[in-house]
Amino acid sequence: MTGLEVLFAAVGLLTAASAVLAVTAHRVLHAALWLVVALGGVAGCYLVLGAELVALVQLLVYVGAVVVLVLFALMLTREGVAAVDTAGPQRLLAGLVALAATVLLGTVLVAALGADRVPVTGASNTEVGAQLLGTWVWPFELLSLLLLAALVAAVAVATHRPPEAGEQVEHPEAELPAPDAETVGEQR
Amino acid sequence: MADCVRRDGVDRLTVVSELPLLVEVVLKAVVVLAAFLTLPLLVGQTEHKVMAHMQGRLGPMEAGGFHGWAQLVADGIKFAQKEDVAPAAADRWVYRLAPAVALLPYLVALAVVPLSASWVAAEVPASLLLVLAVTSVGVLGTLMAGWGSGSKYALLGGMRSAAQLVSYELPLVLAAVSVALAAGSLSLVGIVEQWQWWWLLWQAPGAVVFLAATVAELQRPPFDAPVADAEIVFGPLTEYSGLRFALFLLAEYAGIVVMSLLFAVLFLGGWSGPSADTLGPLWTLLKAFAVAVVIIWFRVAWPRVREDQLQRFAWLVLLPLALLQVALTGVVVVL
Repeated sequence: MTGLEVLFAAVGLLTAASAVLAVTAHRVLHAALWLVVALGGVAGCYLVLGAELVALVQLLVYVGAVVVLVLFALMLTREGVAAVDTAGPQRLLAGLVALAATVLLGTVLVAALGADRVPVTGASNTEVGAQLLGTWVWPFELLSLLLLAALVAAVAVATHRPPEAGEQVEHPEAELPAPDAETVGEQR
Repeated sequence: MADCVRRDGVDRLTVVSELPLLVEVVLKAVVVLAAFLTLPLLVGQTEHKVMAHMQGRLGPMEAGGFHGWAQLVADGIKFAQKEDVAPAAADRWVYRLAPAVALLPYLVALAVVPLSASWVAAEVPASLLLVLAVTSVGVLGTLMAGWGSGSKYALLGGMRSAAQLVSYELPLVLAAVSVALAAGSLSLVGIVEQWQWWWLLWQAPGAVVFLAATVAELQRPPFDAPVADAEIVFGPLTEYSGLRFALFLLAEYAGIVVMSLLFAVLFLGGWSGPSADTLGPLWTLLKAFAVAVVIIWFRVAWPRVREDQLQRFAWLVLLPLALLQVALTGVVVVL
């Protein structure tokens, strides 16, 4: 085994272990933090395999933004320190889905590559960029359209308030209602 | 993670030297660590003095005699003496790890920020992306402190910082993207090599956006609503004392160092200047120091921005401006 293989195995084990801990943690907050380690570990795997750009984007997007959003959502729900309480059937179902996904991905990998050793030649940053914005530009644009739709919908949901609700709810990322905007303008 | 990144950088070192690789790596690591431990203190000392002069503060001018040079030493001794307290309601591990999570990413970032084409500890191809990625991890330290302290003030501060950091990450990255697009490179060394003086005008809107977003990411005044001491008694840091609090402070100043260096390299041409071959690193450091002083100046000059004003500023001013800058850069590059 070469040094890189040992490193890959170590990072892979770390990722798998923290992923298991993320789904078995007793507190939601701990689960979220183990998820950080797992996502960082995935970035490490990419890095060991030579896909530097993908690894850094993984770190920037997942650890830097997605997990921050998860933690933020937890803060809004006040459930961060509460114990995780999942029903037995739900656990069983989740386990089955995970198993099915593993079998599916494993089969695809084995079917595509067989048992041969494939030399890892990580694509250069330029290649990844050219592929992403050349060959795969339409799926890429479609994904961004999906995200945009989700964002607009989120703003719509956040700004919608039932007429009887008296209390103000803070929506940092949403447009503020008109009266607030006016007062802000005056104070400036 | 940090190990992988460093290792990767070391593997691809392009600087030719006569030293054996191991010696070179150890030496570079020691130099980076030394810079990491001294530069933030230098910025801290500067902040004491600049604030003292700008606001006519007499306190920081007393300790040690001449110009109050020993104030920082006194602060350090005070922090070291204090008891390390963890609240009973705190999530012990999360609470204890938070300062380290906040501080360490800046060490990794400092290792890849170049002072000149040859003065770079670990040269990696996409160093700009690496710096942005690891500094975005440091944010988690603040959130862990907010959650782990078991205090409502800390939690409120944590919420504010999460909202703020997510909002300002976008303009920050877009402003950096504009420079990378202009230079056609993700490498900080590559960007400076392409830099020309008229980029000062061309990338000016991006520079303004980057500086504003930097101050917000560092949670410094006027964007310090998450740690607003008068409202939520220092937010995520409420429960911290002694050395752990000092580590958070160190993270803040290390953040100023890293982001000032990054600003100098991205927007001010880094080591470009008279006799850049020999004095290059000096120019980078001087430019970065000037940026750090401006960041300190902001704290002295402006009052705290309210939480909703802060969000409006990010989404309605900075983001459109950053997008315009990217469009402008794109048009010029294509033409």
